[in-house]
Amino acid sequence: MELREKLEILADAAKYDASCASSGTEKRDSREGGLGSTEGMGICHAYAPDGRCISLLKVLLTNACVFDCAYCINRASSNVRRARFSVREIVELTLDFYRRNYIEGLFLSSGIIRSPDYTMEQLVRVARELRETHGFKGYIHLKTIPDADPALLAEAGRHADRLSINVELPQPASLKALAPEKDAGQIRVAMAGLRTRIDEAKEARAEASVTRVALAGGRRAAAPRFAPAGQSTQMIVGADASTDATILDVSSNLYGSYRLKRVYFSAYSPIPDAAAALPPAAPPLVREHRLYQADWLLRFYGFTAPEVMAGGEGGMLDLEVDPKLAWALKHRAAFPVDVNRADREMLLRVPGLGAKTVDRIIAARRVRSFRMADLARLRVSLRKVAPFITALDHHPRGGLLDRADLRTLVLPRDGLAERNAILPAGLLARPVQLPLFAHV
Amino acid sequence: MYSLRLAAPDDFDGWREAARGLVMAGIPPEEVDWLVEGDPVPLFGGGAPPAPPADALQPRAPRDFPELARLVCRHRDPARFTLLHGLLHRLQRERGLLDDAADPAVARANAMARAVRRDAHKMHAFLRFREVRVEDGAPAAPLPPPSPIAVPNDPAPARNARSVALALRDLGRLEEAGEAEPLPEAPPVIAPAPDSRFVAWFEPEHHILRAEAGFFVRRFAMLRWSILTPELSAHWDGQEVAFGPGARRADAPAEDAAEGLWRAYFASIFNPARLKPDAMRAEMPKKYWRNLPEAQDIPRLMAEAPKRVAEMVARGATPPAERRQRTVHLPAHLRAPQPEAPAGVEAVMPADLLTETLDFPEAQAALRRDLLARNDLPPWVANATQPVMGEGPQHPLLMFIGEQPGDEEDLKGQPFVGPAGRLWNKALEEAGVSRGEAYVTNAVKHFKFTPTGKRRLHQSPDAGDITFYRPFLLREIGFVQPRLIVTLGATALRAVSGRAMPVTKLRGSLLRDPEGRPFYPTVHPSYLLRLPDPASKAREYDRFVEDLGQAAATARGLP
Ligand code: SF4
Repeated sequence: MELREKLEILADAAKYDASCASSGTEKRDSREGGLGSTEGMGICHAYAPDGRCISLLKVLLTNACVFDCAYCINRASSNVRRARFSVREIVELTLDFYRRNYIEGLFLSSGIIRSPDYTMEQLVRVARELRETHGFKGYIHLKTIPDADPALLAEAGRHADRLSINVELPQPASLKALAPEKDAGQIRVAMAGLRTRIDEAKEARAEASVTRVALAGGRRAAAPRFAPAGQSTQMIVGADASTDATILDVSSNLYGSYRLKRVYFSAYSPIPDAAAALPPAAPPLVREHRLYQADWLLRFYGFTAPEVMAGGEGGMLDLEVDPKLAWALKHRAAFPVDVNRADREMLLRVPGLGAKTVDRIIAARRVRSFRMADLARLRVSLRKVAPFITALDHHPRGGLLDRADLRTLVLPRDGLAERNAILPAGLLARPVQLPLFAHV
Repeated sequence: MYSLRLAAPDDFDGWREAARGLVMAGIPPEEVDWLVEGDPVPLFGGGAPPAPPADALQPRAPRDFPELARLVCRHRDPARFTLLHGLLHRLQRERGLLDDAADPAVARANAMARAVRRDAHKMHAFLRFREVRVEDGAPAAPLPPPSPIAVPNDPAPARNARSVALALRDLGRLEEAGEAEPLPEAPPVIAPAPDSRFVAWFEPEHHILRAEAGFFVRRFAMLRWSILTPELSAHWDGQEVAFGPGARRADAPAEDAAEGLWRAYFASIFNPARLKPDAMRAEMPKKYWRNLPEAQDIPRLMAEAPKRVAEMVARGATPPAERRQRTVHLPAHLRAPQPEAPAGVEAVMPADLLTETLDFPEAQAALRRDLLARNDLPPWVANATQPVMGEGPQHPLLMFIGEQPGDEEDLKGQPFVGPAGRLWNKALEEAGVSRGEAYVTNAVKHFKFTPTGKRRLHQSPDAGDITFYRPFLLREIGFVQPRLIVTLGATALRAVSGRAMPVTKLRGSLLRDPEGRPFYPTVHPSYLLRLPDPASKAREYDRFVEDLGQAAATARGLP
């Protein structure tokens, strides 16, 4: 089989994994040798027409798999064509792509072949060759096989920037039904293990840097390295009957328990060779988007889970409007908010004001009283905020907040594809670096 | 009117030097024309501004101003120097000016800085190198216009062609199942040919090349490369960056052997079922497309997408393939579940009888399995990582029963490894009991907590939780067979005795459980950790050590 054909099969097999970020790792460069650099900021080198960021060469080592997960194109019972890269092929592709500035690095995953240890060993070999033989300084994300030998995991963590294990489905029962060989408990144990190692490495590094300062210029103590960019996971949305409330609950639990850098939501997307248990259907993209927004509100805007869910019905988020607007529409008594006086917490609740904008307003309030034109200069959408705020020269029209049709008035004009202020632009697809350019 | 000439369009240092003088001389921004080397001399241009008075104060600016000004200087807006001069001028009186993002001038400067940063980021992202062979002695840098790079008429096949060829070897035989080990590896020589140079053509919006060359040096220090832009070119040969004149698109190589693979990757990684062209265009505006080799496939991919999805949906589910996978060496618990044993087998054989016949490690493993197999676990268990089972020898002198695993225990799957556990360990040692004489476990086997963002707050188990886990604890006591049980805290006391009892009143006395087994209650070590003042902490700790010592002495005296 030609390399090109393999690449097509093994990239196609990897495309359902949403976690392709390349940010938040240690700083490295190649001035002392090798190839590549990481500067903390993830870079998206291209965008596919699905709006997703292409930052890494995201491929599987092989799409052969002994497991039979119903949602997966690579499951043992699928009729898809199988291929496998040699270690050298992946290494070459990564370096060739990297030198041309196509990518930030490699995201390598694999179907499970022979045994978890064997598979993990192959993944680790690729990372080891890149790092040790070629001095590769770019980003490496390795998928981790939960059952693999701890020694292999330790080596994986030494080479990789990020490790990840997918929880796949929000509830253990759905996992049992759709991925019979996977064990939700085992996945959690593996995540806990990664967290423990990541924490230990971080502590050791912090200690080593303290010693270094104490020794004033002494040789840099070698602290063990373990996945400096942390761990992430992915949850498939829409393959089982879990509600949004359950999904958000599970994801915040995962963040808190295992210090995940990101929980990716991935709308279950039809695959060419679907299993009878999961016939193809349009992916719930809007739902996925709303989940990300809700997750953002929970983690950075001081919302509680019941508050986020209060905007929707029956444990599901409102698909038509973003969860912040949905909350505001149901809590009209809390508005209008005076932009010149309200505290940060309340400003963060105003639909159309992002966290960065709120901080700018608060800083600027020291020297100015805000009029609507001032807000416009902070790139706030006046149409969006107008019903919910008062400013020096603005008060929402009498009774606006009491109108039954307020919802239709504030509905995004350009339909559901609107970019709104909760999420930094394009969050779904980009690494976490964006606040810099985000419209917030 | 005065005029000032800067050395380059992004000459921040020149601007700063000049602007300082202007502010010290009290010359307002409207009276200065800023020119850049190469600009035509204006018809009514003024002369050089006067030198500031000798006693003028150095202008002051907040710490973040230079960074802002540096970025703004790179913007292509001809008014940038005037704008910055105006800001520096006002900053002398309005110290907090930069905090007022709604001020028109500040807002404009911020917008310009943002545009420059975005441009730089897009350059890091969308610049594409093409590899060429440069003959020995070919000009490196700086290069004479108009054709700064010697592009051979008949470019030697780039090194990548070799790697492609390598990969074209027929691997089919072994790859059928995708599982076979690919051919033996060739020796690892993966370096670009020594005479290759990586050349990129890029069209930045602002004057950013000089500032951003460092990024490419850090990333590609070991390669030789050139970046050509219409206004300036940068060349790196391993030592330093040389800047030369601008170039034309035709000066850069027209293709690269790796682009075919890259385009194939781009097309395959795209999921047609998630078509979101607006999101793509927002991040990768069309103006960049002409220099991105992969972008030429976008129209086709978009046009084909709806049909591909419709076909997938129309086809529906396909019958499962016959499994072609080879022998699988999977541990038993990873294999697909086998048909269940006939129901009721467990029921006819009481749990105790079952464990009697098992040896100790098997009994422990069976306990864990049976716990996990329960489908009526308390709902909060879904948030815990794993059940944390007991640890220690069979027939120990003392069997310690705590409340429930904590955060660290939950992550590691071992009892008494958190802060309270460490304190207990220390006290145990001071009481003269070796770890080999103690078995530790918890009344409740899962970590119950309230999630609060980043931390998991311990939550005490309630009566229902204790009741649920009690049969498992009793079974555990049954096969551990300790000389004496020590309950730590109220939960364990309740679990062992079967009812709520006050620890503080009963601690230190020898009691019997409903089965007649002796047990000895004391406090939980986490209670010691919670005491606020050091004096009572020390006192209570001593008492705890005393309790443990007494328990050990009692146990030694027991039959
Ligand atoms: S383990 Fe499951 S999800 Fe992973 S590749 Fe195999 S079938 Fe797909």
